[in-house]
Amino acid sequence: MTDIRYLAPRTLDEAVGAFAAAAGAARILAGGTDLLVQMRAGVAKPGTIIDIKKIPELTTIEQTAEGGFRIGAAVPGVVLADHPAFGKAWPGVLEAINLIGSKQVQGRASPGGNLCNGSPAGDSVPAMIAAGAVVTVQGPNGRRSMPVEAVPAGPGRTNLTPGEIVVSFTLPPRPNGSGDAYLRMIPRTEMDIAVVGMGVSLTLEGGVVKAARVGLGAVAPTVLLVEDAGRALVGTRLEDAALEAAAAACRAACKPINDKRGTIAYRIKVAGVLLKRTAAIAAQRAGGN
Amino acid sequence: MSKLHVTTSVNGEPVEFLTDPGASMLDALRGPLGLTGTKEGCGTGDCGACSITVDGRLVCACLMLAVEAEGHEIATIEGMADGETLHPLQRKFLEMAALQCGICTPGMLISARALLQKNPDPSEEEVRFGLAGNLCRCTGYDKIVRAVMETAAEMRGAA
Amino acid sequence: MNEMSTKWIGKNTIRPDGADKVTGRAGYAADNTMPGMMWGKVLRSPHAHAVIRSIDTSKAEALPGVKAVVTAKDIVEFPLDKSVMLGIQDMRWMCRNVMAREKALFHGHPVAAVAAISEEVAAQACALIEVDYEVLPHVIEIEDAIKDGAPILHDFIRHEGKPSNIAGTMVLKAGDIEKGFAEADIVIERTFTTRPVHQGYIEPHACTVSYAADGRVTIWSSSQGQFMVRAMTSLLTGIPQSNIRAIPAEIGGGFGAKTIVYLEPVAVLLSKKSGRPVKIVMSRDEVQRATGPAPGSLMTVKIGAKKDGTLVAAKGDFYLQAGGLPGSPLRGPVGCSFAAYAIPNVLSTGYDVVSNRSKVAAYRAPGAPHGAFAAESVLDEIAQALGLDPLDMRVRNSAKPGDKAIYGPNFGDVTFVETIDAIRKHPHYSAPLEKNPRPGVKRGRGVASGFWYNAGGESSVQVNITEDGNVVVTTGHPDVGGSRASIANVVAELIGIEHSRVNVIIGDTQTIGFSNLTGGSRVTFASALVATAACEKVVEQLKDRAAKIWKIEADAIKWQDGMALPAGDNAGKFPPLSLKELAAKANEMGGPIGNQTQLNTTGADPGYATHCVDVEVDVDLGIVRVLRYTAAQDVGRALHPAYVEGQIQGGVVQGIGWALSEEYLYDAKGRVDNASFLDYRMPVCSDVPMIEPIVIEIPNSKHPQGVRGVGEAPIVPPLAAIANAVHDALGVRFYDLPMSPPRVSARLEAAG
Repeated sequence: MTDIRYLAPRTLDEAVGAFAAAAGAARILAGGTDLLVQMRAGVAKPGTIIDIKKIPELTTIEQTAEGGFRIGAAVPGVVLADHPAFGKAWPGVLEAINLIGSKQVQGRASPGGNLCNGSPAGDSVPAMIAAGAVVTVQGPNGRRSMPVEAVPAGPGRTNLTPGEIVVSFTLPPRPNGSGDAYLRMIPRTEMDIAVVGMGVSLTLEGGVVKAARVGLGAVAPTVLLVEDAGRALVGTRLEDAALEAAAAACRAACKPINDKRGTIAYRIKVAGVLLKRTAAIAAQRAGGN
Repeated sequence: MSKLHVTTSVNGEPVEFLTDPGASMLDALRGPLGLTGTKEGCGTGDCGACSITVDGRLVCACLMLAVEAEGHEIATIEGMADGETLHPLQRKFLEMAALQCGICTPGMLISARALLQKNPDPSEEEVRFGLAGNLCRCTGYDKIVRAVMETAAEMRGAA
Repeated sequence: MNEMSTKWIGKNTIRPDGADKVTGRAGYAADNTMPGMMWGKVLRSPHAHAVIRSIDTSKAEALPGVKAVVTAKDIVEFPLDKSVMLGIQDMRWMCRNVMAREKALFHGHPVAAVAAISEEVAAQACALIEVDYEVLPHVIEIEDAIKDGAPILHDFIRHEGKPSNIAGTMVLKAGDIEKGFAEADIVIERTFTTRPVHQGYIEPHACTVSYAADGRVTIWSSSQGQFMVRAMTSLLTGIPQSNIRAIPAEIGGGFGAKTIVYLEPVAVLLSKKSGRPVKIVMSRDEVQRATGPAPGSLMTVKIGAKKDGTLVAAKGDFYLQAGGLPGSPLRGPVGCSFAAYAIPNVLSTGYDVVSNRSKVAAYRAPGAPHGAFAAESVLDEIAQALGLDPLDMRVRNSAKPGDKAIYGPNFGDVTFVETIDAIRKHPHYSAPLEKNPRPGVKRGRGVASGFWYNAGGESSVQVNITEDGNVVVTTGHPDVGGSRASIANVVAELIGIEHSRVNVIIGDTQTIGFSNLTGGSRVTFASALVATAACEKVVEQLKDRAAKIWKIEADAIKWQDGMALPAGDNAGKFPPLSLKELAAKANEMGGPIGNQTQLNTTGADPGYATHCVDVEVDVDLGIVRVLRYTAAQDVGRALHPAYVEGQIQGGVVQGIGWALSEEYLYDAKGRVDNASFLDYRMPVCSDVPMIEPIVIEIPNSKHPQGVRGVGEAPIVPPLAAIANAVHDALGVRFYDLPMSPPRVSARLEAAG
């Protein structure tokens, strides 16, 4: 424990420089709600901890010129919840971020951390994928952007290159008639890791689905964008048959494991159930917009 | 690497301490700061016994590095009463037997205070979800929820 | 004194330890420090089952900052062929549980311990200890452990003449079981399983220990009995009890599991070897992996009844997990499952099954919830098959005063029917319940009852009058849930003074006489009993003093409202003498005023409980939630009603967790796979509704205040009550716990 270096850079360049220089021996500290647990368990033994919370770009929420949002990667859920406009535009994303752990955890946990932790069960990730969020990352070779679904590589792994830090999430502007939702199945009412997580974002026009994206978590090595499910909904009025087709697409996308949190059969079944429930909430919200 | 020097404020008083870079805020509170009222039930953020506030925001002290306290305002159970005068939540917990063994009580009180600061008139459901991060194994939560709601009503009345 | 006033008894007073507990000042086990203190850490087996061929501690001992290392060879060995009992614990098993000796019997079994200048150095030292293991095949589940060809944990265990994992049996009988079933109109037999569940106290085990240069030992630790800590530590270290002062820290929950030691003897030996105080605090992972839990079970219950619902025969076979060493709580299911019912023909058999799990520890009515889950589920099925109201059927079959209990004695008062009636008359039982409130949602209601023995046993108390005329009471029982508050009420009542003038503290082993464990629902019963006796003697002393002052006979004085009053012919002749005045004159009138009373208390009649629960099932996801819960129990007399209610509410919610979400999970290598509060799912606040207690007070005639034990009976009915409610909702009966979403979902799919 005593040989850890703690750095709290004030600029992104400094952070990237230190992260790259540590050559894999460093860990980024945002909310710390995963990192400290891993350190305590001896799973993570970082030589350097780089606290990114003193970097303004990573801790602010902005409305973009186009009418979307840019969320700093280290913004904790509780701060996002207090934002006057974000939750109105993206209630599903907000719900998802604020289902991560307890109120205490929400005081610290951030969407950047949730994504970079690489857990297939991260709550915010399916909702971000459904939202079509784009991640900005910065590394030794500069900045680049990628869709959220391109980040996870497998349990505990991401496609970020060495030295890259997630800077922010950009969510697109919301056309009229849009709504999103996130539901997860957990055994208790709180404090559990998702057995299945489901994010759905819809845009409706005259009751017809114009755009639909479905993010599905905890049923495969990475959180999935289920394009077939989105396609099954577009052009429909969310009739039972359309919902069943989308549910079937979700079930088909599942490649789950049996583990302490759920069985293969259960997860596949629940993926279909949650698609229907989540889509119904998203549609209701879209109708209200 | 030697210990780091941290300057912070705990319960409104200026405090300095030394910490290992990897040590948690809970380690610092219970160790160099001698504030053992904040409890460790799990060390993984799953029980809430180490609940504190940082700049008024509720967190688990076990999930925060001690060095992160630099320049922030920390509040723990030891600062909840005003001298001899208990906070209304503390008093109500005693009057309504909302504790048995008492190990979850400091964290529960800190969480309940944070809840009421955000929501002075919570429903039973809001109290239950607001305290879901604080495990209690003795009481079945019934008297805790009632005590929090009664305190809220009393504080609204007094306000 | 014979007239029971109610100025303080039955009042929800503020507990004496309250202010410290809401301000963070109360001293729990991990809160203590000592000068020069070092940190101890336990090295634990990475294997579920392995022979320990050798342990090389030399590299650890050579690490700078390491002050001592201990292994099993430092612990007093109790040979396998001779049982040495301390209470219900066999020291042969205890010495092997605190430190693995011949074999590591579960993943997490202690194999060595280190004391060093910091936790980090101690952890580094543990990693340097080289243990040569011969890994053996392991066995976890009961079904696997009792199969032919199962890996045998202990060569010395024989069952029916053969090597076996069945370490012991217990049989209770009444009548002729075959004849009984032959007389029955209906016989239902079902097999049940429950998973091990942890007691789940939020405070991990911890102790600080000092072994001084003169051989005197001070232990500051969290337990349900400082005298148990002293005795077990003495037996396991060879240090005489007179040299061990065990100080009871505030205890952050125990529920039975802190009735044995894990750390204290190890810390004492580390302190002795190093000459420095040693502190050891378990992590949550260690707690979940290596302490407790309550056993899992495999049970078959068969009950026969007449058409009118009269029970004629009951048979139970109860296999309980013991963990790696013998000693599961067979008397729970074997004795309690059918005890509340007058059944003429009973055969109840328990099997103590060892497997490669941590050694089980007591958990609230040990073993009784298991048996009640099986028996009360079968009773529900019989009532349904016969078209009877399940509560009516229970009333019809209640045991009667004077009946011989299956576990031996004849019943005195039996207050079972009163608990059933309380539920029958409660609005909950007759409230309309919409069975299908929304598509995909079903609701149901269930009832079940429970029985627990309760206990008396040894208790000591001191009641001392302070020089300024107030009262200090010292008891010998750690206070797990408000017992100090209850005793303060009794003493204030009996001495006749304001509650605020009574302080109650818990003595350590060298300051108060022997007091048995806080367990068996005995503390309020026993300590109120000894406190009453002590108060009576104190009042006699006070009357004697007044008599001396007034120069009249003591029996011409009555004690009332904290004052001596001249009575009878002397009434009104002298102004009353208050406690304060008598205390002020104590020394000139004969010395300090006070009494220590020590008794082996008896008369703790059994506890009865009947519960009613409504559940809601999300059919597509298989999620069961409790909507409403009402729990009736005869408590004899509620000395402090709010803490009595708290016992009921807490026990019920533990039962809800047991029924729906808590279980131990193991991986293929025999390691606990969910050793955290994240994945060991105890109910959180939002999982449960308010729990309505119905506190029935039928005074126990064998107790001065009428107290009956309270703490354990509430956890007995919930498992069956919830299973019966789920059946009512879904028409599908669950024989295996927990009714977790994947399980419920799978059953519903299978049922079509």
